[in-house]
Amino acid sequence: MMSREDSPPRREVFALFGGIYSNAPALRAAIGDALQQNATRFYCLGDLGAFGPHPDRVFPLLHEYNIETVQGNYDDSIGNGLNDCQCGYTDPRDNHFAQISYDYTLSKTSEPNRRWMRDLPKEIRFECAGLRFLLCHGSPRRTNEFLWESTTSTAFLDRLADDYEADVILATHTGLHWQRELSDGRLFVNVGVLGRPANDGQCCVWYTLLTIEWDHDTAPQLTVKFRPVHYDHERLAAEMRSEGLPDEFVQTILTGWWTTCMEVLPAKERLRGKF
Amino acid sequence: MCAMTSDTPHVTLDSLDVLWFQVAGTICNLTCQHCFISCSPTNKTFGFLSLETVESALLESVAHGVKEYYFTGGEPFLNPALVPMLERTLEFGPVTVLTNGTVLKDEWLRRLRAASETSKYSLEFRVSIDGPDAERNDPIRGERTFDRALQGIRKLCEFGFLPIITMTQTWDDSENEAVLSQFRQVLRGVGNERPRLKILPRIRIGAEAERTNGYDEFERITSEMMDGFDQSQLLCSYSRVVTDRGVAVCPILLDSPDALLGATLEEAAEEFPLAHGACYTCYQFGSICTNPSTKRQEHG
Repeated sequence: MMSREDSPPRREVFALFGGIYSNAPALRAAIGDALQQNATRFYCLGDLGAFGPHPDRVFPLLHEYNIETVQGNYDDSIGNGLNDCQCGYTDPRDNHFAQISYDYTLSKTSEPNRRWMRDLPKEIRFECAGLRFLLCHGSPRRTNEFLWESTTSTAFLDRLADDYEADVILATHTGLHWQRELSDGRLFVNVGVLGRPANDGQCCVWYTLLTIEWDHDTAPQLTVKFRPVHYDHERLAAEMRSEGLPDEFVQTILTGWWTTCMEVLPAKERLRGKF
Repeated sequence: MCAMTSDTPHVTLDSLDVLWFQVAGTICNLTCQHCFISCSPTNKTFGFLSLETVESALLESVAHGVKEYYFTGGEPFLNPALVPMLERTLEFGPVTVLTNGTVLKDEWLRRLRAASETSKYSLEFRVSIDGPDAERNDPIRGERTFDRALQGIRKLCEFGFLPIITMTQTWDDSENEAVLSQFRQVLRGVGNERPRLKILPRIRIGAEAERTNGYDEFERITSEMMDGFDQSQLLCSYSRVVTDRGVAVCPILLDSPDALLGATLEEAAEEFPLAHGACYTCYQFGSICTNPSTKRQEHG
């Protein structure tokens, strides 16, 4: 029998998908890429619908690959038939486009899929290599809280890690991927989104691969890789057009620049974009 | 006016997310007719903060896990230590400065541009103008203030900032869309290609109570109103203000005798009674003082 000292190093690779926004082709491409990268576990952090066409096409992929999914604010809204997406915009233009997207998604999501979203958990917790992982949508304390890189202090993230007893917090919701090392080797990662580009003029979308390596006598090593996903975005754009979705949304897919829902962007993130 | 009754609800400080600095006290180069703490060149009810006071509060704020920092007055740029304060605060977290935009100097903005580029955090400027033309703005904020504030916005844009323009609504709701549209056009004219606009409600205390009218007695929050209400919408549940006279509950109620809660953040963590007319406005509009990027959403 092998002694503890002889046990081989262990390794897990988590594929973490943020907001899908009905972009099923990007989700399919991301799953393919993660499999090639030897991902061992798959997670989705919520917001399955919005923005894109044919929301029901996302669900079979989540089921086929056993992707454990957190409930996003959009999933809560669509699942429970609420009036809006709970993003809380006040700019009339942002609200106009958000409502078009919401009404379309609500009308096109089947009842079984709505029921499934309604029952999704607000968070997923587990331990791996002795580290406590917490997967949520916006923040551990609020599904629709925006944690932007430039408006979230490290002291605040440390407090969340303390209060919610987590070593690694994984979130999405803002649409932009970023990470921050916290005190005592803890980590916060915004895993990005597959639903639309990262407002950087590129047509790819992003997900996160988190690798954990450990053995009996060293502390676990965490490696975060933000992975660009290239997919047939022109085909997605054509489908959005044929579904009558706004040209503003289509342009984002084709150009990589956000055109709507800009009100909530802080200065630094807004300045990096074109609009 | 404070009107505490046995039915007055109290709000606990759930988490200190936002820390304000009353950096210029009540001292301002302008005397706006609607100012809820009646700031003016001669109102010294609250004075300037020192760099040492800001530094000490920043260090204390880390243990509380403060998420972001706001600087207000009066006019913050009248405080000669403001630029070093902002530079230092950007090492701790995101910073927003509320200014009337009329006293900005190139030298300060050059330094702040550099500090902003070095920091991982955003430096936001919020410029107050009360309408898209001098006809609406100047009677409230003073002669020529519209033109001077617009020049301030031009300067901020030239230095690569994207100011948020805040306007206190002194017009009918039905005019909002027209006002915003006219404002966007005016701002593009001074080089602000991506206007960010925020409409604020009037707070009917201080100078504004004399300009129009104050709060009626019935405009108070009752326990019944708080039933089922998400108290995290109220600034006092997640914020405090550092002043030269101690830590206060919120930047709106400074003139109220019960607003000062203690000498330190720790001491100022006590619950606060929602006994003021201004609390009623905060209840109605929610998170009026914070930026759209961190506006607290209901539900969720």
